[in-house]
Amino acid sequence: MSRLRFIIPLVVFALLVAVLGIGIRQSPDKNIIPSPLIGKPAPAFSLPNLIEPGQRVSTAQLRGHWYLFNIWGTWCVECRVEQPMLLKIKQSGVIPLVGLDWRDDPNDALSYLKQEGDPYETIAVDQDGSEAIMWGAYGAPETFLVNPQGIVVYKYIGPITEEAWQREILPRLPLASTPAAGSSS
Amino acid sequence: MIPELGQFALILALLLAALQAFFGIVGPALKRDRWMAAVTPAVTGQFVMVATSMGCLVTSFINNDFSVRYVAENSNSALPLFYRVAALWGAHSGSLILWIFLLACWSIAAAVGTSRLPRAFASRVIGVLGVISFGFLLYTLATSNPFLRLDPPWPDGESLNPILQDPGLAGHPPILYTGYVGLAVAFAFAGAAMLEGRLDRDWARWTRPWTTAAWAFLSCGIALGSWWAYYTLGWGGFWFWDPVENASFMPWLMATALIHSLAVTEKRGLFKSWTLLLAVLAFSLSLVGTFLVRSGVLVSVHSFAASPSRGEFILTFLVLMIGSALALYAWRAPLLKSEAGFELTARESFLLFNNILLVTACATVFAGTIAPLISGALHLGKLSVGPPYFNPTFLLSILPLLALLSVGIHASWKRGNLGNRARILMLTLIAAAVLGCAVVFGLFTGGRVLSPIGIGLGIWIILSSLIDPIDRLRRHISIPRAVLGMTIAHIGLGIFVISITSVEAFTAEQDVALARGSTAQLGAYEFRFEGVSPIEGPNYSGVGGTVVVTHDGAPVAVMHPEKRKYWVQQTVTTHADIRMYRVSNVLVALGQDLGDGRWSLRLQVRPLVSFIWLAAFIMATGGMLAISDRRYRLARAPSPASAAVPPAVVTRGEAG
Repeated sequence: MSRLRFIIPLVVFALLVAVLGIGIRQSPDKNIIPSPLIGKPAPAFSLPNLIEPGQRVSTAQLRGHWYLFNIWGTWCVECRVEQPMLLKIKQSGVIPLVGLDWRDDPNDALSYLKQEGDPYETIAVDQDGSEAIMWGAYGAPETFLVNPQGIVVYKYIGPITEEAWQREILPRLPLASTPAAGSSS
Repeated sequence: MIPELGQFALILALLLAALQAFFGIVGPALKRDRWMAAVTPAVTGQFVMVATSMGCLVTSFINNDFSVRYVAENSNSALPLFYRVAALWGAHSGSLILWIFLLACWSIAAAVGTSRLPRAFASRVIGVLGVISFGFLLYTLATSNPFLRLDPPWPDGESLNPILQDPGLAGHPPILYTGYVGLAVAFAFAGAAMLEGRLDRDWARWTRPWTTAAWAFLSCGIALGSWWAYYTLGWGGFWFWDPVENASFMPWLMATALIHSLAVTEKRGLFKSWTLLLAVLAFSLSLVGTFLVRSGVLVSVHSFAASPSRGEFILTFLVLMIGSALALYAWRAPLLKSEAGFELTARESFLLFNNILLVTACATVFAGTIAPLISGALHLGKLSVGPPYFNPTFLLSILPLLALLSVGIHASWKRGNLGNRARILMLTLIAAAVLGCAVVFGLFTGGRVLSPIGIGLGIWIILSSLIDPIDRLRRHISIPRAVLGMTIAHIGLGIFVISITSVEAFTAEQDVALARGSTAQLGAYEFRFEGVSPIEGPNYSGVGGTVVVTHDGAPVAVMHPEKRKYWVQQTVTTHADIRMYRVSNVLVALGQDLGDGRWSLRLQVRPLVSFIWLAAFIMATGGMLAISDRRYRLARAPSPASAAVPPAVVTRGEAG
């Protein structure tokens, strides 16, 4: 028995390796492994509007045009990294950004947006994190491309880079709405 | 030519590392003296080759050789020379070269340091280090070669990520890595002891200075990283429980536990198998951290571009390295026998609690860090873990640790007896509690329940740490450097606890919209906004604001927060201006242009925040001072004369 005790670390480590191994296989290159949502309708929701209290943001309002659904929070360091790129996307006017403020204090979120600039067309508040689960969010930021029929076309995990914008998102949009946006590369 | 030379040197280093590992481990096993004699030339050669390779990469960066892909992707001709050099470790491949270079430095230091130790043992230590070097060199050459060429070369580079163009970045990775990699030496000592099947008190004495040195570097590295995050992210946050931060913090917690358990093993010959396990785990956590950062399984602000092959390679390496160390442990550890027992209230018990609590703290951080991975792997649904998880769980194990520290450093070895120290300890506790409450409720207002506890504990740690040195001074007994080092490190911890409590409890902040000439008030501080003007830097342009800050009418500073736009990446970064006034940090960050000359501004006053980093450096200084103690230099002398003098006298306060 006393000898067995010394094997415990090895066993724990073996379990850890199994988890890490699955971790790699599931998300080695996060842009390749598709979300189960792709090709399916975006989850239906109706959530409080961050900017205009009392109003709501719902799937029904978003029907009929392309949009990028971006899950973020002020606690999320990577979202701050992503912020300049989001502002650039907003400036390009190619596609509106719909934010999901995830597990956040709305006051923090408002002052963050005031400070750093607001790239979003509209922002839904998901304070208890239940909506993000519906979208299968692993962490923040995650961004979903949704078409006018409300179907999720593409999912991007991590801060959107210029490269991801140029190579992954822009080519998926119909030609009419892709003028020379984000011109520098 | 130079990049090819660098790559060739790297390949030679790989071969030499293989020889170093083979002769180092097989030599003693087969008792071949000439094989063991080959270890030193092999490690020296490996160091020279790695240094050459690193030199070649630096040269390519300095010369703006954009035919080298790694240089082209991470540097730019407009980048100042200083950042061209620092750009070397701005991304994955180059930072690996830095990792390998530092490992080579530690290896050569270990070769010198162990030259007076028994030959077979020294040879095994260098051999284990050779295995690690070999793994990392192979990894670099196979998946992340920084010397690959571009054809045709790019006219100019893509430049370094602006958020990384900062003096904090230049210093933070090398120092952090020095700490990370330094734990490899403790790991190698553990490996050598396990291969030999023998672990005595001398082993602990040999291992201690190496562990403490790595720990001191790690402390500085983490502090610098946190400081960098504090002022470049422009938000006044200094710790985010981000996976990469955790990856450096977990080895630190383990190394802290190891330092304390090594003290017990050296003084009393106890906790042997436990110490061994900690030495293996501390470096293993560095390796796991490397895996988490570089495989891309977790997303983080600091993370490098991920690729699956890199992840699989490191995972294989982890399995071979840590797996074989733990297997060796399962085989050898049962053979180790403790040399003595101890009473429940003896110092050994306190150090045992210290270890249990530190390892628990480490385990909670680890669980939080990989929770998203586990829930993903088991398809349990998605889990998000942030400060709401980390803060309370971490406090749960750290608060008792802080509370036990003051008593523990005064407990005697073996026998549970505080002696005449009990009364003075009680006095310091009362003084600390009174002061803690006075600070929280007198100086400031609106502290939370935890604030007087935190500040009181911090003060108690400082006061009780001072008892022993003051006592020695009054009795004209010299203070060994190890004791002095320990005292300083504990005082550093006390300062750390006080400052972090005060930052958490008393930070005042406000986001305001100000027109030119208008003012905002934050406590006793008044901020007058004087408008913005264009600025021009070496590789960026932008706007700089002017804010005049006064405290009760007395001038504090004229502050210039900036928003910079870097030409190459076309990204905008916020450069908050931070000034120290008395003991507080005043931060002003420039937000958005609201039109009509109005700007949004973030104002923040954080009392004592600078002391958090200062405290980390004080702790590191204490560690370095302890290393310089005489008994570590007399590597071969018999263990300190514990037989001649009653142990309680000699060893009081020498745990650090």
